[in-house]
Amino acid sequence: MSDPIIKIQNMNKWFGDFQVLKNINLEVEANKKIVVCGPSGSGKSTLIRCINRLEEHQEGDIIVDGNELSEKTKDIEKIRAEVGMVFQQFNLFPHLSILDNCTLAPIWVKKMPKKEAQELALDQLKKVQIDDQANKFPGQLSGGQQQRCAIARALCMQPKIMLFDEPTSALDPEMIKEVLDAMVSLAKGGMTMIVVTHEMGFAKEVADEVIFMDEGMIIEKADTKEFFANPKSDRTKLFLSQIL
Amino acid sequence: MQTINFLKPNRDNIKNYSIIGSFLVLVSLIDVISNAFLKINLTSFLPGSLTTLFPLIIGLIGLNMMRIDYSGNKKLDLLNKNINTNNFNALLTLLILFSIIKALPQSLSWMIFDATISGDSKDACTGTGACWTYIKVWFRRFMYGMYPNEFHWRINTAFILVIALGFVGYFMKENLKKYLALYYVIIYPVIAYLVIYYLISGGSFGLQWVETGAWGGLSLTFIVSFFCLIFCFPLGMIFALGRRSNLPAIKYISICYIEFWRGVPLITVLFMSSVMFPMFLPEDFFMDKLVRVIIAITLFEAAYCAEVIRGGLQSLPRGQYDAAKSLGMGYWKMHIFVILPQALKLVIPGIANTFLALVKDTPLIFVVGLAELAGMLALAKTNPKWLGFAMEGYIFASIVFWIICYAMSKYSYNLEAKYKTER
Repeated sequence: MSDPIIKIQNMNKWFGDFQVLKNINLEVEANKKIVVCGPSGSGKSTLIRCINRLEEHQEGDIIVDGNELSEKTKDIEKIRAEVGMVFQQFNLFPHLSILDNCTLAPIWVKKMPKKEAQELALDQLKKVQIDDQANKFPGQLSGGQQQRCAIARALCMQPKIMLFDEPTSALDPEMIKEVLDAMVSLAKGGMTMIVVTHEMGFAKEVADEVIFMDEGMIIEKADTKEFFANPKSDRTKLFLSQIL
Repeated sequence: MQTINFLKPNRDNIKNYSIIGSFLVLVSLIDVISNAFLKINLTSFLPGSLTTLFPLIIGLIGLNMMRIDYSGNKKLDLLNKNINTNNFNALLTLLILFSIIKALPQSLSWMIFDATISGDSKDACTGTGACWTYIKVWFRRFMYGMYPNEFHWRINTAFILVIALGFVGYFMKENLKKYLALYYVIIYPVIAYLVIYYLISGGSFGLQWVETGAWGGLSLTFIVSFFCLIFCFPLGMIFALGRRSNLPAIKYISICYIEFWRGVPLITVLFMSSVMFPMFLPEDFFMDKLVRVIIAITLFEAAYCAEVIRGGLQSLPRGQYDAAKSLGMGYWKMHIFVILPQALKLVIPGIANTFLALVKDTPLIFVVGLAELAGMLALAKTNPKWLGFAMEGYIFASIVFWIICYAMSKYSYNLEAKYKTER
């Protein structure tokens, strides 16, 4: 068994007096796909934002790819470059074209030559089928196209891990499928993924493990089949009965 | 036969109402115009106060008759929607129109018909109108201050050079574009300073030295505004970022700086720069008064710029920061490529506002003895040979300032349109 690429031990996090994450323990091996689900306010998003340190945790250890995340971590940018992230609100840079959105970080963070970065970006855009929109601006695209562009942008950094923070929650039902398709094909390519989502169909199709969270705690963590076939805790059963 | 109902005009008898209505308005306007321009009172047959109120009453009735909702006539609808929505607005419309018409003949005759522009001394101005001769005679002083007449070409050349250098950015090659900011923030001001120092100040290359006390007029307005604008913007940006920094030292230094400069009046800053500041300098160290004033105004306006820019930074959604960070960008890369380009776009109107205020604040340097355009006016109006022409001078100055400021605001609108992005 290989070393886990993400290792979280006894992690606690507070927002002021309010404890959002309670004693989180989690190990993710390379190439595994994890789906995190749970009611809103349960700390799912905060958990994955801690993994690339967009949020700081107060107690416990988070080790990503052998680097511990703490206040002493100097090269947090280097770790973030290895961890791609896709947001609920897409967060494309509205002042840059789709192509420039994708090449900005490779050129300036990875020091990639411009031509190479553009080829890579077009390649990634092709994979999510929006290479024909490369010269448009984010404001001119539909939500689904924007989210696929956001996925391509994250992939252009050639990350080892991809984090998805409710990537389809802000989309119309019709557009959800095109984004999920892009994520499925990415999963089949062997990427390590942690996905916060309510799309249980997606979880059944690609996830190796499903984590159920409530009130800042991991209530249940099980193999996908096991999770849906016979959930152990009552809270999980209730949640599944409501969402399925 | 149709009955004319004064209370309820509608679409069916639109023609009757609009024609009668516009005829009545026309009558009222003709009455006022003939009164103002030809001094003929068409309604003298009416008793006393009714004569003055006549055009108002007639006009109101006319506008009332023309007020037809959705008449289908585009011009009439436009008129009704904008200046004739109800009786009160109609009254205001008429009053404004009448006062403009009444004021026109006097101001026109003062400014143009009775004005004098020939001659080159006060004696030429014998008419009742404005004495533009005054502006003509003093024009060079208003433009160049006490700068010696034979050297005015030096100021002109320096300005042309500085403006030409400012356009370099437009013609820069694509692969040099990344140095654009560096050029405008550091290289351009230095070159401009050298050009102005060697050409206008002189003292070398066989050019006679002209001390800054002799500089003045509009050219001084330009010099002061130019350097203050070009320096206060990057400085303001630094303090805006500083105020939002996570490092307490930088944050509190920025807050103190901004709050200090926003708290003191510019006029005291200028006094301090010229009176107190030299006392703190080593004795053999000399700094020109003009340089001190420029530094003072720059520091002052930078605090205002900082707050405007901070407003832009704050209006960006947090997701933009998250996205940039998650792509591995550090603080500077994130700000240079993602945050500032968007934030600065948003603050163009606010920055333009600050810059316009700055240009109009430059006359304050008169308090330390530097006479730019408005300062030269103040000097000229006390000249014993030319007493009593302050009005002409101030009108001239306001027109000049208006042209400058209007050009700046137009330019800012253009920038806004150019860099507009959809969200």
